[in-house]
Amino acid sequence: MFKRTLFYLALMVGAFTFIYPFLWMAAATLKPEYEIPQLSFFGSRITAESYRLVLEKIPVVRAFFNSLIVSASVTASVLVFSSMVGYALSRLKFKGREIIFTVILFTMMIPFQITLIPMYVLIVKLGWTDTYLALIVPYMINAFGIILFRQFFKAIPQDVIDAARIDGCSELRILFQIVWPLSVPALVTVGIIVFMMTWNEVLWPLIVIKKTEIMTMPQMVALFAVGGQAENLIGVRLAAAMMLTIPVLVVYIFFQRHFIQSMATTGLKG
Amino acid sequence: MEQRTPIQTEKEKGDRAGYLFVLPYIIFFLVFTAYPLIFSFILVFHRWNIVGPMQWIGLGNFATLLHDPLFWKSLWNTARFLIIHIPLQIAVALVLAEILNQHIRFRGFFRAAFFLPVVISGVVVTILWQQLYSTDTGLINLSLSKLGLSRVPWLTSTTLAMPSIAIMATWKNVGFYVVLFLAGLQSVPRNLYEVAELDGASKIQQFLKITIPVINPVVVLVVILSTINGFSLFIEPYVMTSGGPLNSTLSTFLYIYKEAFSFYKMGYAASMGFVLAAVILSVVLVQRKIVETDTYT
Repeated sequence: MFKRTLFYLALMVGAFTFIYPFLWMAAATLKPEYEIPQLSFFGSRITAESYRLVLEKIPVVRAFFNSLIVSASVTASVLVFSSMVGYALSRLKFKGREIIFTVILFTMMIPFQITLIPMYVLIVKLGWTDTYLALIVPYMINAFGIILFRQFFKAIPQDVIDAARIDGCSELRILFQIVWPLSVPALVTVGIIVFMMTWNEVLWPLIVIKKTEIMTMPQMVALFAVGGQAENLIGVRLAAAMMLTIPVLVVYIFFQRHFIQSMATTGLKG
Repeated sequence: MEQRTPIQTEKEKGDRAGYLFVLPYIIFFLVFTAYPLIFSFILVFHRWNIVGPMQWIGLGNFATLLHDPLFWKSLWNTARFLIIHIPLQIAVALVLAEILNQHIRFRGFFRAAFFLPVVISGVVVTILWQQLYSTDTGLINLSLSKLGLSRVPWLTSTTLAMPSIAIMATWKNVGFYVVLFLAGLQSVPRNLYEVAELDGASKIQQFLKITIPVINPVVVLVVILSTINGFSLFIEPYVMTSGGPLNSTLSTFLYIYKEAFSFYKMGYAASMGFVLAAVILSVVLVQRKIVETDTYT
């Protein structure tokens, strides 16, 4: 009994440590600036002043939509193209198939520290700096997605695919109309991970985007916090951070089980 | 593959579809993997500011790098980060996972709570902790002085700034490793414990002699993943300290970023990227040698 209590106590302390800072941040953004460096959780009054200042100083709504466009395009593209390759590698026979699979495994081991700078040069040469293309195209297919789809598609019964072939379905139709509906867990896993990774990516946008109108949300908030625009106002910086948190938080609260399972799969397979 | 071919032409059709399906990947691979990879090998032998012509300097970049005190300092900083981050992360993650693996109510809630910082952007976490760590107005120091303790210069001291960042990074990532460990712990066969119980082994002995060896592959995975992630430490010092005070939190990757995108030393930065990749690879190989053991499975 004593041990049980101890366990729950440890878990509560843990949960508190991970959740409280976010609650504190949420409360701080609604306090008057001068009350933030005080221990009390609530301020004397609730004010949206910090949020008003953020909206006044940076086009954060625009950045939100940029992030949405980029993350949605990347996710959709990865689902389509990675599943096509995964399907070819697991269910279609052709010469060189195993070589391509080996190449894909090899690309997963290349450290991005090596390719980052040449990638930037490539984007400059293509004239894609300050465009959505720079943020979307280099992420359109991903090796992790291919491997996961290949693994998943292998388990689909051959009869299902044969039946469709005999009915004269093209391979594209088989993939999207027969295999996809049978692969919802894999699609959800890849979708969640790719969307979250793209949404939270900040290094690459910092490198290829300098124009405010094209900036993604994490990039804009990071630059806002680093640069002088926040004028040392704590509330304003936290409010900007809070605005970046809310979209992910909302999605996480509804789909946390999927998030956790998906991420665990990456860890174990990547 | 046990693919049946009802008609002879079916094979050719399959061939064509196969190539068609992998074609986008092949183009993608050539443009965004092969080309950058080859170009990086050329880049390291040149001095180049991206605007002017490339200038061949042989191994000049590597010679500069050998005598660049800032590069070595940045490697040492990254090492200091890893030395604190990895053991701390494993210890905390193992303890939390072990507790969650008991018959616990609300397990889903606790797991979700620990995992929360993992999904939140590193930018948010850094801005938040910068405030918590702030010497004069930070929540941590306010609490400390309330308890009658002295304030700690978390981010303004050259010795403490990097450990502070390492603690924050642990807080952000540990939930992910809790989930990995939990999956590992659940795979330990129950009967092993029962046998040990009969032999009179204590809980601690059981943990050290059964749990740890069985979940060794997970430990290896966690060590390697957190090493690779640790070596790409960037946004935390970028936002929090921009490498200061006195370059004490300048991670290697932040240094590469600055050389490449603030000073446009493309060749030099690319060379540092190569050396960093080589360092990561060697560290991971050494870790595997040390951590990996033969397991029962």
